[in-house]
Parts: sequence; C-alpha cells; structure tokens
Amino acid sequence: MNDFNPARLSRRAVLQWFAATAAALSAGDAGLSALAPPAASGGTPSGVGYGTDPDLLRTYQPGEAWPLIFQASQKACVSALCDTILPADHLGPSASSQGVPAFIDEWVSAPYPLQQADRPLILEGLTWMADAAVLRFKKEVSALDEAQMRELCEAVCNPEGLRVGFKNAVRFFNKMRSLAMGAYFSTPAGWEAIGYVGNTPLARFDGPPVEVLEALGIQQTVV
Amino acid sequence: MPIITSSKSQPSYDVVIVGSGAGGGQMAYTLSLAGLKCVMLEAGRNYQPALETPMFQRPDQAPLRGLPTPEKNFGFFDSTVDGGWEVPGEPYTQASEKKEEQFHWWRPRMLGGRTNHWGRISLRNGPYDFKPRSRDGLGFDWPVSYGELDPYYTKVEMLIGVYGTNSGRENTPDSPAGVLLPPPKGRAAELLSQKYGKSLGIPFLSIHRAVLTRPLDAETIPAKLHPNNPWAQRLVADSMRARAACFWATDCGRGCSTGANYQSTTVHLPPALATGNLDVIANAHAREVLVNSEGKATGVLYIDKTTGQECRVSARVVVLAASSGETVRILLNSNGGRGVANSSGLVGKYIMDTVGTNVAGQIPQLENCPPHNEDGAGGSHFYAPWWLYQEQASGKMNFARGYHIEMGGSRRMPNGANPVSDDLTQGLYGTSLKEAARRYYGSMVSYSCRGEMIPNEGSFCELDPAVKDKWGIPVLRWHWKWSEHELNQVAHARKTFGELIETMGGKVRKHISDKPLEFIEPGGKVIHEVGGAIMGGRPKDSVCNRWNQTWDVKNLFISDGAPFASNSDKNPTLTIMALAWRAADHLIEEARQGNL
Ligand SMILES: Cc1cc2nc3c(=O)[nH]c(=O)nc-3n(C[C@H](O)[C@H](O)[C@H](O)COP(=O)(O)OP(=O)(O)OC[C@H]3O[C@@H](n4cnc5c(N)ncnc54)[C@H](O)[C@@H]3O)c2cc1C
Ligand code: SF4
Repeated sequence: MNDFNPARLSRRAVLQWFAATAAALSAGDAGLSALAPPAASGGTPSGVGYGTDPDLLRTYQPGEAWPLIFQASQKACVSALCDTILPADHLGPSASSQGVPAFIDEWVSAPYPLQQADRPLILEGLTWMADAAVLRFKKEVSALDEAQMRELCEAVCNPEGLRVGFKNAVRFFNKMRSLAMGAYFSTPAGWEAIGYVGNTPLARFDGPPVEVLEALGIQQTVV
Repeated sequence: MPIITSSKSQPSYDVVIVGSGAGGGQMAYTLSLAGLKCVMLEAGRNYQPALETPMFQRPDQAPLRGLPTPEKNFGFFDSTVDGGWEVPGEPYTQASEKKEEQFHWWRPRMLGGRTNHWGRISLRNGPYDFKPRSRDGLGFDWPVSYGELDPYYTKVEMLIGVYGTNSGRENTPDSPAGVLLPPPKGRAAELLSQKYGKSLGIPFLSIHRAVLTRPLDAETIPAKLHPNNPWAQRLVADSMRARAACFWATDCGRGCSTGANYQSTTVHLPPALATGNLDVIANAHAREVLVNSEGKATGVLYIDKTTGQECRVSARVVVLAASSGETVRILLNSNGGRGVANSSGLVGKYIMDTVGTNVAGQIPQLENCPPHNEDGAGGSHFYAPWWLYQEQASGKMNFARGYHIEMGGSRRMPNGANPVSDDLTQGLYGTSLKEAARRYYGSMVSYSCRGEMIPNEGSFCELDPAVKDKWGIPVLRWHWKWSEHELNQVAHARKTFGELIETMGGKVRKHISDKPLEFIEPGGKVIHEVGGAIMGGRPKDSVCNRWNQTWDVKNLFISDGAPFASNSDKNPTLTIMALAWRAADHLIEEARQGNL
C-alpha cells in the first residue's frame, strides 16, 4: 500500500501540478536558485570537526561531534520526506525510526566542504517544500497525508521536473534520497532490508550457498 | 620500557631505524632478534591495535555514518591516525599546476605506518621484474635477481602469514609447498568473473593476502626462520601464538585487534620489543642523518614533537625506512641541507607509483541474489595476474609492461554511502525504492588495473626552495609525468574490463572521461610510491648497492621502497620486507666483521 507507481500519475497531471505551483511561487525555481545563505534558514555550523585522531571505539549520536542546526519545522519536514522515501513496510521500519533525519541534520551541520556545499541546496529545498505544501494543500509538510506527500514527491522525483523548470527541486529530492538511502541502509534494520548479511564472526567461510551458485551457473573453485 | 620518550633513550645504539612501517618493522625484527641494540624513531604516536581497533563498530555509530571527510580520508573507521592526503602543518608542494603533473602523497603518522590499514595484498615480484631492462631495453635492471630474493620472500611469507595458491603462471612465482595458507572460498562476483574471464583468456584465481586463514604453525615455523637461535625462536613462537586466525568479518582497513592480518604493530614489533633490544621513540620526527668529517653516519637529528625540541640519537648504523618520499626528504635535508648519499645526484629521482584505472559494471545476473554472508577475509579473495607476457614479448602490444586486475564486487557492508547508484532508482521512492535497492545491491562489479610504471626523468621530487613545515624543515616538491606506456596500458585495461563486463551480460558504468590522461589514476593515488634512492650496480647511476646500502655512506641503509629500481605490477610491500630482511642479514654480517 505504500508502493507508489509513478505511471499512475499522468504526465499531464504532473505538468499541471508544476504549473500551479510555479505560478504560485511566481518564479518557479527562483526560490531555490537564489540559494540564500544558510544562516537565513537555520543555525550556523560550528566549523570544528572531530580531528585527525578521534576515538574510534565509542558510539556517536548526531550532535555529539558538532552541534546540529535544524529548527523544529525543518526536522519535521525532513522526517516526513524521509519516511515517504523510505517508509515502514514489509522490508523494514521507517527511515525516521533509524535516525535518518538526525543524520541529515548532522550532514548539513558538518564543518567539512562536501557537506557545506550541500547545505544551501538542502535548506532551501526544505523551504521550498514547506512553501509548496502551503500553496498546494494549505498545510504544513508534516500534516500532509500520504497521497499529498506523494504528489509533492512526484513533482520532483523524476527528470521530468528538470524540463519544466524545477531543476533545483529535483536536485534537492535526489540529494535527499541519496543521503537517506546511505543512512538507512547502514543500520542493522537497513542491512536486513537490503540483504546484507555479516559483521559477525564465523568459524569458517563457506562462500556462496548452493542456491546462489546454481542460480548463477557457477561452481566453487576453491576447495 | 620499550616504548620510551626521548629523555629515556640510551647514549648510543648499534642501529637507529627511522620509521616503523613495513621496512622499519622488518629491520627492527631481524636486527633485534640477532642481538643488535636498536632504537626506532617514529614520527607518529604510539598505536596499539589490540586496544584501538573498531572491529564491529557500525557506520550508524560514527559521525556522518563513518563516511570519508578531510580529517579521515578513507572513512571514520579506517585505522589511519593523524594523516592521509594532507598532514596538518606538514605540507608538500607541486611543481606544476597541471593535474596530470601532480603527485598525491599519502602519509599516516602512527606506529606501524601504512601497514595498519594497507590492503594486505602480498605478491612476489617475478624473475622478469628484476631484469626489465634486459628484457625490453627500458628502465633499469636491479642488482638483485629473483633467485637471491626468493628465500627471503619465503621467510617473510612464513612470518607474516599469507594466503593464496600457487598458480604456476609465467612470472608469477610459486611459494614452496606448505608456505602459503589456504586461500578463502570465492565470492559470487569473483567466481562469476573467473568463469567469464576464462572465455577472454583472463585468469582470475586466488590472490595472495597477508591474512591468517588458520593460525600460524608456531611449533615449526620459528625454527625455519631462525635456525641456531633458540631464543629468537621462542620469542617468535610466543608472538605467533598471540595472533588469532581470521574470523571472517570486519574490514581489514580498520586494522585487526586480534592480529589476524599483517600489521607491523602486531607482527614485527611485538617479538622485536620482547627481545629487550629495541627502544621505540614515538612522536620523533627525523630531520637529518648526522655525518662526521669522514663521511660516516653517526646518528639522527630529530624533532621531539611532544616538546618541539631538537634531539640527537647516536648509533653505529643508520637505517632509513620513513616511506620512500620521506626518506628522500631526510637524505636531501641532511648535512645542513647539502644532502647525503647523493654523489650520483639521483636522490629523489625515478619516483614510481602503480598505474591504476577502474571500470565498474552492473551485472543483471547478480540482481536479486539471495542474501548471504560475503564478508570473507576482509578484502579481495581473487585477482588476475598479468596474462599477456607472450604477446608483449612478440611485440604485439603498444605498452611494454603488464598489469594485474584487482576486483571488487560483493555484498559488502553498506558503509553510509548510497549503496545503489541514483540512475538505477530514477523516479522511485517508497517501497518500490526499497525493492530496487534490494534488487541492485550486490550487482555491481569493479575492476582495477594495477600496472607497472616505467621510471622516467620527469617523475621526481626535490626540496622546495621556499616552503617549510611547522618545524622549519624544507618540504618536498613533486614533479610527475606519464609516458605512452602507462597511458596505453590503462587504455588497454579499460577496453578489456569493458569486454569482460559485457561478456558477463553486464553494462559498463558511465565513464567520466575517454582520455587516458584523465582516467589514469593521478600519480601517488594508488599509494604504492617507490624509488627516489634506486639501487644499481654502480655508484654513478644509483644511490644504493645491492644490499640497500648507500654507496656514499657505508653505514647508512635504506629499507623502504626508495631503493626500488622498477615498480612491477606486483604491490610493493612484500618486496620491501624481503629486501629489508636480506639487507638486515647483510648489515649483521658486516657489523660482525667490523666493516661498518
Ligand atoms: C590504503 C592503502 C592500501 C594499500 N594496499 C597495499 C596492498 O594491498 N599491498 C601492498 O603491497 N601495498 C599496499 N599499500 C602500500 C603499503 O602500505 C606500503 O607499501 C608500505 O606500508 C610501505 O612501507 P614503508 O615502511 O616504506 O612505509 P610506511 O608503512 O608508510 O611507514 C613509514 C613510517 O615512517 C614514519 N615516518 C615518516 N616520516 C618520518 C620521519 N621524518 N621521522 C620518523 N618517522 C617517520 C611514518 O609515520 C610511518 O609510520 C597500501 C597503502 C595504503 C595507504
Ligand atoms: S577480516 Fe579477518 S584479518 Fe581482516 S580484520 Fe577481520 S578478522 Fe582481522
């Protein structure tokens, strides 16, 4: 039931949605392409990293290596978006239950160049989402129902959006999806969802099981 | 106390060793077990794998899910301490603004150096690899033959523990029966590559890596390594017993807390320290080799990084093993900046790295593979040795030297990066996205060219005339140049890997560039830099003789990669260790005869 089939939403509907939102935002992509400085929409990162010799044995929660900058509304928006991208379903729990939104916060708050380069896109993207939700549904992002959330995503999850002037919104969505996937699939629940098995000591290593060898038409050549 | 501070050092030693990695570790091991009093200077901090290695820590327990940052270039859990592509306060410079003429220099600052996080791939050079000039007229021959180094390869393999098989292939030497440990089983992508590689003549087979697939035989090996030295045998046996076998989980790049793979800190240094003949001074950055008026080395001048003070340590013999680049820097900075051991003018010349390029592919056959554990031995199990020696010999190829193929591709632990490329999940979110992730995860393979670079006049380093590090020591300035041989080699590799992927029914991933100069890994990026003090048959065209001993300063030895006269496709570290052991034996003999 969480499965969304893009084909269900016609190209026409997508374009209409864009047209409506673009008109309402009056300048289409403009809000995103202007990319206001991050301070305008969140706290300022601390600028200090974990150094070149951090303690590798302890467990770090987001916010322990450097302070987080998301405000409450941004957290809620990220959470809703991440759970739409990676919902709870038969393959595992939701993104928000696996700390994915906090990871995104940690990412935009990080003092390193790669993350800092992503920060304007993500912060402005969140503003854009919030505006779009109000303009389209008269609601906050976190109050959208599933169908509304999908409609919003549908507008920007495809390269389609690139052609109708939502380049940065599409970039934003892809960035969020990529970060969320990385964060989600590196947790034990994510491992199970994707099919990673390991990180546990074994007495012997037997290689792929017979069913895998057979499916691939190969033989174990190391005996 | 074996790990000491500067103030606790002895007035004089038999040997001072600079650097604690593969070359320094092997030297310290051989010399201290032979009874010589040694002191080791290490620029980095003391490092204890048993206490510091994050074995089962998960990405979600680390900042940024453990992804690489400028402070931890290979990810949070990689064992590298205080270094990487940059070391704060210790710059290096480039002579050229052009990317393809630059060199990237990887430097950790820790006891054990790069051996804590290296890939553990341990291949012997073959007979051709020591006499390349005789075969094709290019580069230089070594003043050492395979036959001379063979027994030392065997000793190193027995000591550190190397898994693999004997393939009997051309210029890919076998080890004596019983020396190699059992190779691990092939993983799905490795076996699939092997199957399809065969149809193209590419021989995928078990790689050699320094990982214990079973415990070392502490009952019999020590006596083979140290005949007539029961004391050494006992210490080595104790240290072997302290190393567990691999438990088939965790990434070797983090290091191994149980000593199941080779790190200088778990293999070379424990028995050396147990002799009582080795003092290690950590945080000691060597600046100069001290020489007297007769041109003999008398010790080393170093910075005690804990106080910033200059200190001196005296010894009858000096061994440099600070990694080839840093060894060159010390040589050039010695003697008040006039340099030592450089009458040939060749110190810093002929720097080589391994030739690299990667091609990745997506293999539909591997999609939706039933989940199963492929952690294995924490690194690769298979590779393909160079297979076209005959074609090259008959003049059919447009590059002179070979490459081997290292491969990746398995159901590795997702490391915080998106495990599935964006283009495979275009337009998806929700459960369909999760299903796509499950489908594509594990369906990627990648092949890396690891090829021989021929030494050339344009790849060298020298002291930068202006830039100094935070202690005021002049830094290195790098020059880099590829020849047609390397560029044609990567072009061949790219074409071959593409064919292999397509033969497997897969699709080659998009290339960023089609120009060899752009898709060849930049100089230094494979982190196999060697050369800079090459060995040769005559003082006028080499820095070291056949014993890793400098021509000019008899009691100065170099036991890292700097003396390499060529850099075959085989990863350098096993050869560094074999040469170091051999040089140490020579040093011991010369010292006994009073020649140093
Ligand atoms: C990620 C990675 C993967 C690798 N994989 C492989 C592989 O699979 N197979 C292979 O053969 N090789 C591999 N290598 C290369 C391998 O690590 C090196 O060839 C090997 O460690 C070289 O040994 P060394 O003793 O010359 O130098 P290092 O191991 O680098 O040790 C040098 C030591 O000297 C210290 N030092 C430096 N300057 C000074 C100074 N001025 N004073 C005092 N001490 C100093 C350093 O801190 C360091 O501890 C890999 C390297 C990396 C980084
Ligand atoms: S894979 Fe084996 S050798 Fe490598 S770190 Fe893990 S236990 Fe140690």
